[in-house]
Amino acid sequence: MKEILGTTGLIFNEPLLWEKGKKGRSGFSLPRRDVEKHPVDKQLEGPGPDFPDLSEVEVVRHFIRLSQWNFSVDSGMYPLGSCTMKYNPKTNERQAARSGFAQAHPLLPQHLSQGTLKLMYDLEQYLTEITGMDATSLQPAAGAHGELTGMLLFYAYHKSQGAPRSKIIVPDTAHGTNPASAALCGYRSVPVKSNERGVLSPQAVGDIMDTDTAGIMVTNPNTLGLFEENIKAVSEIVHAKGGLVYGDGANMNAIMGIVNMGELGIDVLHLNLHKTFSSPHGGGGPGAGPVCVRKHLEPFLPVPRVIKQKERYALSEDFPETIGKIHAFYGNVGVMIRSYSYILSMGPADLKKASQLAVLNAAYIKDQLKGTFHLPYDRPCMHECVFSDKLQEPYKVTTLDIVKRLMDYGFHPPTIYFPLVVPGAIMIEPTETESKEDIDLFIESMQAIAKEAKENPELLHAAPRKTKRRRLDETAAARKPCLTG
Amino acid sequence: MRYLPHTADDIATMLKAVQIDSLEGLFAHIPQDCRRRETLKIPEALTEWELNDHMDALAATMAVSPEYKVFMGAGSYAHYVPAAASFLAGRSEFVTAYTPYQPEVSQGTLQAIYEYQTLTARLLGLEVANASQYDGASALAEAMLMAIRVSRKKTIAVSSAVHPMYRRVLATYFEPTGFNIRELPYLPDGTTDLGPLKDMDDLGGVAIQSPNFFGCMENLEAAKQSLPDKKTLLVICFSEPLAYGLYKSPGQCGADIACGEGQSLGIPRTFGGPGLGMFAAKMKYVRNMPGRLVGQTVDEEGKRGHVLTLATREQHIRREKATSNICTNHSLCALAAVMYMASLGGSGFKELARLNYDKAEYLKEALRKAGFKLPFSRLTFNEFVVEFPDDFKKTYQGLLQKKIIAGLPLVDFYPELKNHYLLCATETTARADMDALVKEIIP
Repeated sequence: MKEILGTTGLIFNEPLLWEKGKKGRSGFSLPRRDVEKHPVDKQLEGPGPDFPDLSEVEVVRHFIRLSQWNFSVDSGMYPLGSCTMKYNPKTNERQAARSGFAQAHPLLPQHLSQGTLKLMYDLEQYLTEITGMDATSLQPAAGAHGELTGMLLFYAYHKSQGAPRSKIIVPDTAHGTNPASAALCGYRSVPVKSNERGVLSPQAVGDIMDTDTAGIMVTNPNTLGLFEENIKAVSEIVHAKGGLVYGDGANMNAIMGIVNMGELGIDVLHLNLHKTFSSPHGGGGPGAGPVCVRKHLEPFLPVPRVIKQKERYALSEDFPETIGKIHAFYGNVGVMIRSYSYILSMGPADLKKASQLAVLNAAYIKDQLKGTFHLPYDRPCMHECVFSDKLQEPYKVTTLDIVKRLMDYGFHPPTIYFPLVVPGAIMIEPTETESKEDIDLFIESMQAIAKEAKENPELLHAAPRKTKRRRLDETAAARKPCLTG
Repeated sequence: MRYLPHTADDIATMLKAVQIDSLEGLFAHIPQDCRRRETLKIPEALTEWELNDHMDALAATMAVSPEYKVFMGAGSYAHYVPAAASFLAGRSEFVTAYTPYQPEVSQGTLQAIYEYQTLTARLLGLEVANASQYDGASALAEAMLMAIRVSRKKTIAVSSAVHPMYRRVLATYFEPTGFNIRELPYLPDGTTDLGPLKDMDDLGGVAIQSPNFFGCMENLEAAKQSLPDKKTLLVICFSEPLAYGLYKSPGQCGADIACGEGQSLGIPRTFGGPGLGMFAAKMKYVRNMPGRLVGQTVDEEGKRGHVLTLATREQHIRREKATSNICTNHSLCALAAVMYMASLGGSGFKELARLNYDKAEYLKEALRKAGFKLPFSRLTFNEFVVEFPDDFKKTYQGLLQKKIIAGLPLVDFYPELKNHYLLCATETTARADMDALVKEIIP
């Protein structure tokens, strides 16, 4: 390694907002008052909120200093497994900020909002094509919201068949949101274990699938980064008993233009626009979780739906079997604009290439770090690979120590302790936007840490040292919650 | 492609390392019958130049200020966002970070959310606020599910003056649960009829919006008195939180939970999303709250820091027993809101609220003087209902031609409110534009 990427530099301490400022300061320019004051009912009048008064400079410095305490994709590699922290193109931000989009009221007459309606209509078509499904709703506001929508579609479908069902099969490699989303629809989760190859076995599913089971929730590629090779057989078993297959498309970045999700037997699939389709995560949202469905579930999609009549676009409520509304308006349009821009910038060839390079980067990391770290499933991986801390056990070094040390090297940690089927999991998803040089530096850093674990484990136990804060006391935070200041 | 850094050489070297002969070969383990045969049928790639032209053309079709004068609120409000606030919300260290699961490298997001929680709790007059929900509608749905969890009852009541779209989302969330929703009618003065509450059994929560969908301030103290059972939670909902700069907060009126839409606080409307689901409650209910929470703690050296906390309520730990399935929320919108609230400060927030009220009162008065009927007598904030004459539909269409959008027709939401329109005026509405509107609609 030529030079460790992570370093320290001058950053600032900064108090909490209300520890700053003085009454009488202001960071806001009120418009000139052109109307008289009107009396207010004293009964209803309140004191107003107890906010600090700050000048504009104080507000700006406050949040700029805070921003400097964050790790972000724009500052470095962020290989969080199953989160697809790819580069967020800046042109997308510019497009979404156009006043025609950003200032648009959601209840504008439809003939005065054709541009946004067209954008939504076309984006639905593109996502339908990319997934190989038949129809798409953009309304869900996040991945888990898409899952909930999917479960509501399951519920509505079975109800329309005259027989609501009570259970749902959730593999042990599923995202934690899957069982929680199913529970919101009153479904009881029935777990199914993945086999020794890290994928679902048709037999295991067949053993528990029955006519009171609404279906199965499958993440494909799964959270081990493996393609569910038996997916078609699993789908057939579920369908044979009248069930439906839900696809968690959080890992769609591995298979754009490569796999046709509709052909795998998946009935509903959600996408995360803030993963595969490059809109930024915003430190935890807003994202968007469109759901794509096969023909037989289309009548149940949320309303209103964007329809095209001749060359005009309209919002239609005329879908009598719909599950209803899942968002106050139409979903996170600002996020849709970014992903639409991304898809148009990439085109068909480069979307496919993005998936190929995402898989190449992961396969390369898997190959280079194999032996340095334990690889529980040594099989061809998709866009992410999962290691564990087993080889570091003799030195009393854990996954947590390893990834905290990685911060000092200038990388964001991978996803850790997930999936649950791998004890001490280290789940690495590099994405396609990391160059070979950066991937090599990451590999060298991981190798250097493995060496340190052997020779000087204390370095890892005490990590991180270069960050704004050292390890934080999470137990104390939970035991005596201090949630406001 | 400028987002894909790999050269042909890089690809060749990496493929060689993994002992695979082509990019296609990386997928050889996927069964043939799962593979896509045909190429993607989406448009060919655009250059950034072409994209700019294309997006410019789409955006140009939208009716927005200043070309159009839009007198429409109804859950999405025109407020000015100070340059500093939108600049700060665009900082890429905030924008391109993930959920702060690794606190040592996420102190910026964490402290900012902690500050958002604090200012939100202060604004809503409650003890604890979460890190956000998706929007006002899902916040209401989650609040009512929480009221059911806390009270262990099976029925909720919702005012018919709650935003109609929030009520529809609530109905969607409740459909598979088996819990019941009862609706409270509204009175001639534009507020909720609390009378039916006394005959309702097994009531876990009552949801009242204030200011309500008609813009009217509800009689919340009376609502609190009308709860049939001390286990019933009062949920106060809102679509315009700026109103609490002038009027008493939900907490001051006895709310157990306050929830609603925070778009007004520095977030562009963007055709209805992303907005900000705000959610606050009494501390005694914290373990039943949905969503993420940031708490204060110390690091190994005893220095103050912040972490995600009480995760045992959340889906990644409790899975199907979680209080909610929410994971990604609207964190960046929460940050935009705290930046906006900090820019205004307590004094600015009050002044701005007052100005909104005065603008709307001015427009109200002008319309009243012009002979139009204001059917609801109750006090309002920055929007209100007007009953226009029978032939107003034609006038409304004519005004669209003149680039004036004279409020929202209510008949689509309340069939009995024919010729009723919901009009809104904020600090962005100039007196001259209000005068022009009134002049145009005088028969």
